[in-house]
Amino acid sequence: MRLQGVGVSTGVGYGPAYVISDAIPEPPAGERHDGDAEAEQDRAAQAVERVAEDLELRGSKAGGQARDVLGALAMMARDPGLAVEIKDLVATGLSAPRAIFEAFQKYRDLLAAAGGYLGERAADLDDIRDRAVAVLTGRRMPGVPAEPADGARPYVLVARDLAPADTALLTPAIVAAFVTEDGGPTSHTAILARAMGVPAVVACHDALSLTGDLLVDGGSGLVVQEPASDEVSSVRQADASRRALLEAATGPGRTADGHPVPLLANVGGPADLELALRNGAEGVGLYRTEFLFLDRAEAPTAAEQAEAYRAVLEAFPDGKVVVRTLDAGADKPLAFLPPPGEEPNPALGVRGLRMFRIFPDIMSGQLGALAEAAAGLTAQVQVMAPMVATAHEAAWFAAACRTAGLREAGVMIEVPAAALRSDDLAAEVDFLSIGTNDLAQYTFAADRQLGTLSKLQNAWQPALLDMIAAAVGSHGKPCGVCGEAAADPAMACVLVGLGVTSLSMAAPALPAVRAALAGHTREQCRAAARAARAATTADQAREAARGMLPGLGDLGL
Amino acid sequence: MAERKVTVVAEVGLHARPAATFVQAAAKAEGEVTIAKPGKDPVNAKSILAVMGLDVRQGEEVVIAGDDEMLLDELAAIASAP
Repeated sequence: MRLQGVGVSTGVGYGPAYVISDAIPEPPAGERHDGDAEAEQDRAAQAVERVAEDLELRGSKAGGQARDVLGALAMMARDPGLAVEIKDLVATGLSAPRAIFEAFQKYRDLLAAAGGYLGERAADLDDIRDRAVAVLTGRRMPGVPAEPADGARPYVLVARDLAPADTALLTPAIVAAFVTEDGGPTSHTAILARAMGVPAVVACHDALSLTGDLLVDGGSGLVVQEPASDEVSSVRQADASRRALLEAATGPGRTADGHPVPLLANVGGPADLELALRNGAEGVGLYRTEFLFLDRAEAPTAAEQAEAYRAVLEAFPDGKVVVRTLDAGADKPLAFLPPPGEEPNPALGVRGLRMFRIFPDIMSGQLGALAEAAAGLTAQVQVMAPMVATAHEAAWFAAACRTAGLREAGVMIEVPAAALRSDDLAAEVDFLSIGTNDLAQYTFAADRQLGTLSKLQNAWQPALLDMIAAAVGSHGKPCGVCGEAAADPAMACVLVGLGVTSLSMAAPALPAVRAALAGHTREQCRAAARAARAATTADQAREAARGMLPGLGDLGL
Repeated sequence: MAERKVTVVAEVGLHARPAATFVQAAAKAEGEVTIAKPGKDPVNAKSILAVMGLDVRQGEEVVIAGDDEMLLDELAAIASAP
């Protein structure tokens, strides 16, 4: 079988398929046991206990935050109220799986109705329930295996889509490639794969039916089941020669005529630094700090934050490190920062800087920890806020940074309002940074998590290019791009042509972008930008730009 | 049966880690231990789901009841810890 998806993280992966099938099916209503209630009660209790033990074991293996989170799940599984409920339901004649299902349902409805933090715990209960039902019905428990499938060989992870929590423990030693049925170029799977440097194909129809050994080409989007051995070697060889060509370009980012364009890495924590340095990042253009805050009950202490910030600053003693303040809300809710009310459209709700307006203590805590981390270090620290819409908000944030003792403050341009009035915002801050993923989401009113709308998420859409040009404006302040668009070599040239001053991307994309820039003059980049903006559709824009960038073909890009 | 009335001051209320610590301690009791919001029906303090379901927020009072005075002191301390 050969399937065609969308390649979102280049490279070639080959390994056994590990398919995460869909949710465990609901045991049929009214399903009954064969009469021995006591034996059935034991069966139910043992299944739940096995789930609790498994959760504890996985927690102690992972350590840290994960141990607390999984330990709490184990405690829910062992809840005495739940045990009584299950026992009673089995006594009325229900089968163990059905009794477990109904007992959990009662509690999950209770929690879901409460909403907010408790509402999120309903998903935890669903997970425990599915695991217990899986044990009883002989299915594999849901979840991502944190070990290679058969001893040493990394597996190809196949799923409908992946949540950040599914993938927290994965490394390239475990996963050879990702293939998902849903998702677009900016879905969590795509971003995670690029950050890890693992090939990935998304929007791959029928992927869940794949079995056996899989060959995954994260560039072309091709997935081959049980490929012939000469196909594996030829695809791998093509990938290797492409890499060799790219690695020939070294040094700081610049165009063929010497115009410097700093090439920076997007990092999510100290763990990403090695990859950034290995790929020649000149600094960090986007340090996502929410990974410090996710999956925990309370905000991290100032000391814990300062330590994590310092690790990144120390890695780039002569470089620039742009730290994005906490981007909570929408698809990244935090237990200790509940939105002030119901949000029918979380992406349009209280997120990013808007959250800081309600919880100023969290902001001053983070800015203070950053100032503390920066003290005595040589890295050039820049702090920027996400989800800024107006010059007034930009001024408020810049003032808070100065109060905390941070010298350089900036804002992200993700909202069309901010792009259109970039000159006003730039007057209040030291720099701007365009987040192309969210800017596309808000420009096209298209949810970035929805695979069906991924065409509107395409960075080549002329309207998005116009929006980027507006953000660069005429203010003359530095204006970088730190979205996924910067990782596309042809688009990187177009961005430079539009006047963007630095590019930040997942580290594995740096060599290709460096080579593409080195192969073209600034004037060629400008011509490509003009050609792209003159087009009507995304495909035409891409083709028109590539027509002005003859060096790409030579590089195999 | 003895009682302790305390105010929950933790920012997350009696959820997440505070709730887990509280239930773990309550589970040590041999007899019944309950927790309630004042004037409301008490729930089993050994049940994490019941304690979470109470939805005790920062600044709210709770009444802890049981026979073991020493354990009640311990539970009161956990519930009122910042």
